[in-house]
Amino acid sequence: MTDPHQQLDLRKDEVEAGTTTGLASPSVDVTDSRQNSLWSDAWRSLKRNPLFWLGASFGLVFALMAIIPQVFARGVDPRACDLANSKATPSSEHWFGYDVQGCDYLANVVYGARNSLIIGIFAVLVVLVLGVIMGAIAGFYGGATDSILSRIADIFYALPLILGALVLLRVGPSTDIPILNTRGPGAVALALALFGWMTAMRLVRSQVIAVKSSDYVAAARAMGASDMRILVRHILPNAVAPVLVYTTITIGVLIAAEATLTYLGVGLQRPAISWGLQIEAGQDSIRSAPHLVLFPSLILTMTVMAFVMMGDALRDALDPRQRS
Amino acid sequence: MGRYVARRLLLTIPVLLGASFLIFAMVYALPGDPIRALAGDRPVSPAVVKVLTERFHLSDPLWVQYWEYLKALLSGDLGTDFRGRPVLDTIERTLPVTVKLTIVAVVFEAIIGIVAGVLAGIRRNSFFDNLVLVSTTVIVSIPILVLAFLAQLVLGLKLGWFPIAGTRDGLYSYVLPGLVLASGSLAYVARLTRTSIAENMRADYVRTARAKGLPNRTVIVRHTLRNSLIPVVTFIGADIGALLGGAIVTETVFNLPGIGREVFDAVRAQEGAVVVGIVTLMVFFFIFFNLVVDVLYAVLDPRIRYD
Amino acid sequence: MSTASTSAPSGPVRPGTGPVLEVDDLHVQFRTESGLVRAVNGVSYTVSAGETLAILGESGSGKSVSAQAIMGILDMPPAEITGGRIMFEGRDLLTESPEEQRKVRGPGISMIFQDALSSLNPVYSVGFQIGEMFRAHQGMSRKDAKKRAVELMDRVRIPAAAQRVNDFPHQFSGGMRQRVMIAMAIALDPRILIADEPTTALDVTVQAQVMDLLKDLQRDTGMGLVLITHDLGVVNEVADNVAVMYAGRIVERGTVDDVFSNPAHPYTEGLMSSIPQVEAKGGRLQPIGGQPPNLASIPSGCPFHPRCPKRRTGADALPGRHCAEDVPPLRLVVPGREAACHYSEEVLGV
Repeated sequence: MTDPHQQLDLRKDEVEAGTTTGLASPSVDVTDSRQNSLWSDAWRSLKRNPLFWLGASFGLVFALMAIIPQVFARGVDPRACDLANSKATPSSEHWFGYDVQGCDYLANVVYGARNSLIIGIFAVLVVLVLGVIMGAIAGFYGGATDSILSRIADIFYALPLILGALVLLRVGPSTDIPILNTRGPGAVALALALFGWMTAMRLVRSQVIAVKSSDYVAAARAMGASDMRILVRHILPNAVAPVLVYTTITIGVLIAAEATLTYLGVGLQRPAISWGLQIEAGQDSIRSAPHLVLFPSLILTMTVMAFVMMGDALRDALDPRQRS
Repeated sequence: MGRYVARRLLLTIPVLLGASFLIFAMVYALPGDPIRALAGDRPVSPAVVKVLTERFHLSDPLWVQYWEYLKALLSGDLGTDFRGRPVLDTIERTLPVTVKLTIVAVVFEAIIGIVAGVLAGIRRNSFFDNLVLVSTTVIVSIPILVLAFLAQLVLGLKLGWFPIAGTRDGLYSYVLPGLVLASGSLAYVARLTRTSIAENMRADYVRTARAKGLPNRTVIVRHTLRNSLIPVVTFIGADIGALLGGAIVTETVFNLPGIGREVFDAVRAQEGAVVVGIVTLMVFFFIFFNLVVDVLYAVLDPRIRYD
Repeated sequence: MSTASTSAPSGPVRPGTGPVLEVDDLHVQFRTESGLVRAVNGVSYTVSAGETLAILGESGSGKSVSAQAIMGILDMPPAEITGGRIMFEGRDLLTESPEEQRKVRGPGISMIFQDALSSLNPVYSVGFQIGEMFRAHQGMSRKDAKKRAVELMDRVRIPAAAQRVNDFPHQFSGGMRQRVMIAMAIALDPRILIADEPTTALDVTVQAQVMDLLKDLQRDTGMGLVLITHDLGVVNEVADNVAVMYAGRIVERGTVDDVFSNPAHPYTEGLMSSIPQVEAKGGRLQPIGGQPPNLASIPSGCPFHPRCPKRRTGADALPGRHCAEDVPPLRLVVPGREAACHYSEEVLGV
């Protein structure tokens, strides 16, 4: 009876010391190699998918636009306006024409990318943090903890994303809650994340439940690995693939939602430059100057499409069942 | 089955209560000045402050306020807006518009989505299949806001086929907003149908159906479509609940006086009672249709029995 | 020595009818991403009324594919029938229109599959699915079809058929589900029944019951039975003749008694010797040394030569009979026995 015990202790020490002799934790190697082949297979399939490259190039253009807008705006200052040019249509000099105030529209649309990117990324990060923490806890501990967290997710799920964020952003400025009361990009991102974390949580939760009962987790447990270690080293890596797909698409969805909230008047406020504000301002002259709605809409759509395409391609690559 | 439904019904109550409490808390209780939040940006006289404080039990703790609200709700009283109009009347006035819009949207979603998905799924990798794949990607990527303006601009203004705002033309005024509202779900239904059909076509029982010498039409309709459409029909069912609460942008852009636009106006004006009333109703629809779908699933798929 | 004498042709063989089904030089291939897969390469056999022909082979030997080709239920593409004839009652099914082929499935030839659970549609009652045969082929009303379904369920010995006719497949046990499949397949009194591993998924005791049922039905109706299996025990017990398949070809053919007592092909010999007592119930194919053939690149010459203990690839090979270069044709080696081996006579020891 002492022998197995000693061996277990040995393995436990090894595991806790973080050594990688392979003797102590053969199951980890199994996970790692499986994961490795998943990712290399996925990359091979991604490389062959034209939709991925189309999405990736859209995404790259969008990211560059957000980082170095002056290049894309051809050096024009978006706030240098001349009312005489109001609503002028596109020309070879000014590709997107002018807005109502007579500002160069290309510059304005290009400078709108930065806020979209900031909000999209910040919101998705909060979604991930909330989703992974809640999902991991619910899936790992199960029972009453799971029931309560899952019901909370149900409650948020029953409120439409735009509606919840709309109410929160409307009352936000009259509260003392930091970030939320700023009417800035942070407030919009936070409001979107607070009403958008549930799917991420469900994804992580179901992955955790699926992996929790597997042999290699049982093996790790037998070696005395702590809950935290099992979660971080063994369970969460398995959730990376579906969460990555979800995250990619969600950035696009959140960028669209930001534009919508801003259009509805509760998101970014002037003088911020944002596609939502441009669409909102342009809708009044949709008959006389349709380009004012068209150009920000076009760039917004291409941005969302970039993330949807990349996400779709990733899903096809990571889920062999769906491959045709 | 009856017991399952009863149990599910019981389980939905905490969700319904939780969601309405969440919205109630956001509207009434976030730190700040609730009276100002209630009255919006208008100046408020001390007398009004007193009346509002009493009417909404503002000096009580939040859960007492919510309890009072619930008690009134159960007796059919959703409160009144600032002008004294009962919220129930507002809902009665605006709900039919949203219901009509949702029906039109669901019809588009079901017909176009399923037909496109079936044709694509039966002929995998054909030109039409690829067309469906690409166009659904594009449609999913176009924000509803953009799609609404695009539809107004092209189908309304340029081509003049459809009215672009209001409800003056009866059901016809709902065609364009219905199509826009349905777009995302439509694309999803098409993809879901396509995947489901393609999967089922490879099923052993479809091979059996052919081995039985059934006519091709019977094999496709009875043994492929019937099975493939189970997830599709249940998605559409659940989507009705989501569409009823998701029409804020569509109704606003197309100027349809439904509950979506009403709740948006109420949020802007900080009409707390209207917001809480309508949002609670939307949550109810959402939960209700999800429950319907669960039951529907058992009806459509005999393997699922809730005992 | 032989226990197969009990299963000599016992059905009412219709005199003068000859073979009901005649498969002649059938070729089937699949176009896949990883290349051309030659699944069936010149298979020929005949089945007469009342006869039980066992088709024996490892998985991937082409036995199921050839059966599905006969049924006309291969997915084309990726499958493609590149040659041969399938003569049923004197006409070539491969030249018939799809509609004519369809009309043969059911009343002419019918088929049962290995996994009855996945082969039955989960959303329709078993009565409905059996009744479909009468509705589709005879235009019977739904009500009458259900009545016939109950009769058939009785006939395949499903207890309390009248009560169970409206139950769904998942509510039956594995053996009962296979009986439902059988009821469906015999509904229109087919001349030929193809049973593709009908008992593989079942418990041993249930296997015997289902095989007994099939034999009894065959005796009553005189249908020809094509039994696709890799179970030597089943072959020995119920079949009259056996065709052994390897790499999409028939490598040996003869009566069960002959083939089992004295194989003419090294592959068959390997199968027999891998089991201590062939007569033992449930004797399964033990794989012979080496890898089963990859149908995307079948070895040159005799496809079995890389695994063959008796191969001649060097100076000892006779001219035109080099195992790695010359494809051995299926030929008559002794009366009533065909084998595809250059050196069958030595294998037989004659």
